[in-house]
Amino acid sequence: MAFRRHILALIVAGNLAAMGNSICVAAEYSTGASDTEIKIGNTMPYSGPASGYSAIGKSLAAYFAMINDQGGINGRKINFISRDDAYSPPKTVEVVRKLVEEDQVLMVFQSLGTPPNLAIRGYLNDNKIPQLFVGSGADQWNDPKRYPWTMGWQPSYGTEAHIFARYVLDNLPDAKIAVLYQNDDFGKNYVNGMRSGLGDKAGKMIVATQSYETTDPTVDSQAAALQASGADVLLTAAIPKFTTLAIRKVYDIGWRPTQFVNSVSTSVGSVMKPAGAEKSAGVMSATYTKDPSDPRWQDTPEYKDWLAWMMKYNPSVNVTDALAVYGYSTAQTLVAVLKASGDNLTREHVMEVASSLHDLSLPMLLPGITISTAADDYAPIKQMQLQKFDGNSWKVFGDVIKGSGG
Amino acid sequence: MHQLLQQIFSGLAAGAIYASVALALVMIYRATDLVNFAQGEMAMFSTYIAWTLVNAGLPFWLAFLITLAVSFAGGMVIERVVIRPVENAPVLAAVVVTIGLLLIFNSVAGWIYSYTVQDFPSPFPDRPVFGALMTTRDLGVIGVTLLMLVLLFAFFRFTPIGLAMRAAAQNPTSARLCGIRVGRMLAIGWGLAAVIGATAGVMVAPVLFLDPNMMGGVLIYAFAGALLGGITSPVGAVVGGLIVGVTENLVGTYLIASQLKLTVAFALIILVLVFRPNGLFGTAIIRRV
Amino acid sequence: MENRIATTEILADAPTVTAGANTWRWIGIVALIAIAVALPFALSKYHVFELTMVMIYAIAVLGLNILTGYNGQISLGHGGFFAVGAYTAAILMHRYGVPYWLTLPPAALIGFALGVLFGLPALRFEGPYLALVTLAMALATPQLLKYFDTWTGGQQGINLAKPMPPAGLGLDRDRWLYFVALVVLLIAIRIAANILHGRTGRAFVAIRDHPIAAAAMGIDTAKYKTLAFGTSTSFTAVAGALSAIVVGYVSPEGYSLFLSISFLVGSAVGGIATIGGAIVGGFFIQFVPNLANDISDAAPWAIYGLAMLLFMYTMPRGVVGTLEPLIARFYASRLRSAPTPVRGTQGT
Repeated sequence: MAFRRHILALIVAGNLAAMGNSICVAAEYSTGASDTEIKIGNTMPYSGPASGYSAIGKSLAAYFAMINDQGGINGRKINFISRDDAYSPPKTVEVVRKLVEEDQVLMVFQSLGTPPNLAIRGYLNDNKIPQLFVGSGADQWNDPKRYPWTMGWQPSYGTEAHIFARYVLDNLPDAKIAVLYQNDDFGKNYVNGMRSGLGDKAGKMIVATQSYETTDPTVDSQAAALQASGADVLLTAAIPKFTTLAIRKVYDIGWRPTQFVNSVSTSVGSVMKPAGAEKSAGVMSATYTKDPSDPRWQDTPEYKDWLAWMMKYNPSVNVTDALAVYGYSTAQTLVAVLKASGDNLTREHVMEVASSLHDLSLPMLLPGITISTAADDYAPIKQMQLQKFDGNSWKVFGDVIKGSGG
Repeated sequence: MHQLLQQIFSGLAAGAIYASVALALVMIYRATDLVNFAQGEMAMFSTYIAWTLVNAGLPFWLAFLITLAVSFAGGMVIERVVIRPVENAPVLAAVVVTIGLLLIFNSVAGWIYSYTVQDFPSPFPDRPVFGALMTTRDLGVIGVTLLMLVLLFAFFRFTPIGLAMRAAAQNPTSARLCGIRVGRMLAIGWGLAAVIGATAGVMVAPVLFLDPNMMGGVLIYAFAGALLGGITSPVGAVVGGLIVGVTENLVGTYLIASQLKLTVAFALIILVLVFRPNGLFGTAIIRRV
Repeated sequence: MENRIATTEILADAPTVTAGANTWRWIGIVALIAIAVALPFALSKYHVFELTMVMIYAIAVLGLNILTGYNGQISLGHGGFFAVGAYTAAILMHRYGVPYWLTLPPAALIGFALGVLFGLPALRFEGPYLALVTLAMALATPQLLKYFDTWTGGQQGINLAKPMPPAGLGLDRDRWLYFVALVVLLIAIRIAANILHGRTGRAFVAIRDHPIAAAAMGIDTAKYKTLAFGTSTSFTAVAGALSAIVVGYVSPEGYSLFLSISFLVGSAVGGIATIGGAIVGGFFIQFVPNLANDISDAAPWAIYGLAMLLFMYTMPRGVVGTLEPLIARFYASRLRSAPTPVRGTQGT
């Protein structure tokens, strides 16, 4: 497959230095790796209210299944062990201990959620186990001095909010901003990011904030309250379902602010179209991956490869689900790291490779966005691009922006 | 002022959703003296059945009617098969069984239909009314809820089966002596509740979007509404649901700490209950020695 | 609710059989404790950690048993009291540097005070109305924890350093915490047994079974119901404090409505009006969801739900609730064949 060769070419080009010394040395392993397999541990909410994210877990397993079918990584099969933590941090601690102490995994990869990952960060760092490509956009995963074994993956929510703030400051300097956010770390990160991005203008520009809980059936009351604040810019930091509800309600009550939605909730098929084409036209967002339901990617070879993989290996996940692209891309990143680690599959070496990625490009990331890390930079993806919805598909505008938050 | 009206109206729209599920809760409580924690998930499952039928090409109303029939049968089967073994067991056992049902329905729906949020067609058009304070869809939800209330009221008051059901719930032994098949009454009660739930789900899915966790939050508010109105009173269920919807909206708007909306809304409901411990329209439980 | 009282009267009539029954009982208890002490040395650290969680849940469920089982007041809110205990411990340790074992008494006291405060308005409510009031506690707690974030760390939660075992004992952290939890559990059982088998316990049961008769007999229902609430929440709060110490992290996400429901289910499965049932409940809450996950990747909750159904069908009074009367009946039937004539009804 073309994209696989594409990745390999870039890895070789980017990582010759890292690989050079280990090619001719006998294989070295930490617990969890051997001549025949590499054990990867993962926690995911397969039950409970956050179970919508389980599509990521399924996609990860599906991608590794494909890699195994293609011969594995340097001849080793990936043994992907993913367990349910129901998004409850005490449960995550227990499950990760089981993965480490009973299942003897090499690392914990892409565990989902900020509180779950905060709960296990201390344990994993104390035991020198990689907590790699954390499945959360909080700002905490780029702290190599204090937590050298923990690395994030996606652009942080704070970075994204800074990009929105920058846009508003540059283009709408007199704006009055309202924020609708989910009442947890995810939503609050956006609020705080907006505030810090606007700097000393924050107090004047942010005129209202309203939160919602995931148990709230609608956000009607919040939308009405925000409209009453007189704001003309609305940032909705919500998960897909609530973004859809918000976009629709805002239109229905006759409010027409400049709208921003966060990158998690930009799916054409799951968010924009259900909200209504005319109601969601004009909404802006920032993103870094390709939306599988966006018409503009339909004819590209990368999308077709992704779709073929979905049909064959990941049939239980919807083809419009952006989480499948997310899982696909994070899995590819791990595969790239493991391949580049060669026969030295010690935890230290894997972290070294992970923290020396250079312009790694993945097929389902937006063109121009690449992955780079360094010993003092544990934020693999820092770039995003602004885009505007025209009722049918997203149109990017401006340049790829490098974020500065987190 | 406009904001106040807006919040009240959207509160009524949300409240109608809670009211419709509350009606199902009251139905089961009156028929079997049990709070069915699985009510929301059963309604959600019925809605998925309707969604499957609509996606298969059936016209909406036909799909709806088939769903109602399936839900009625399903509700009866659940009562006879799942609830019957714990009918004479301590109440807590039955409560745990309904909790188990909740988990089963939620999980199976997620497994069959995945957790992707789906669109659901609405029989009502989506046009603004009262100067954008509400949409015709919201009015549709309120209308259907009120219709169900009237039908339920008439059923219990004026039909022989309704009377038999009330008798079976109040005094099964005497009812049996009068020739009432108590087991069948219980099953019918659950069947009807399932029908109410299915109607609620189908009306609500266009508004809330269909996913396996659609009814989670609704159930909590419906429970509060049903109790606020009095767990034995269908009128109370509707009034309670509407009050909960409006309260929740007003609290969210006018409370400085909007993040405490749920807390304060519940605190207010409990405050009302302190003065009326059996709900606004509920009948007091008289204990005889 | 079975006639354990009647059974003990019968047993009092036949000293030889009684002595036999009591001896077996004591042997059983000592054996269990011996096993509990020996286990951590035979198991891996992870399993020791799991068993520690079992004991913590057992203490929490024991609290619920006191309130719902012995006193008949249903609670859907014990997850909230668990969280109160956990955060009490976390804030004391994190902000004030209080050593971990000293956080347990304040957790117990705060849990008690909060329970009494809750119990007072709860006096007005019964059945599903009481369920709603306690449900409010379960729902409000995460919101309040997120809101007062200067104290609670908000969504980020609070990371706690895990306590070091005393030097010289040769125990690692996990085993030390296991024994701490074991000691607390044994103390909790002792206190619960003292309360429940004494006057207070009988008052609780009387109020549960027939409140009017109880009041007519001069029992101050308000006082005992409130006392039951406070005692119950105090136990659960201590369990929460222990969980904060053992897990090393608290955040609002860990104390959802599902936790309250799990406690209630564990209570019912173990035996709501028993003390031993709390331990069974602890095992159920800890292990069955994991087993469910192993059985079905795609629908773990469905298996968990099925497990609940199966337990309730086969043992509607809970495991201990069903087994204890059977054992008592066994001894009562042995009595029937004993030479001494028996007075009163048979114990069923």
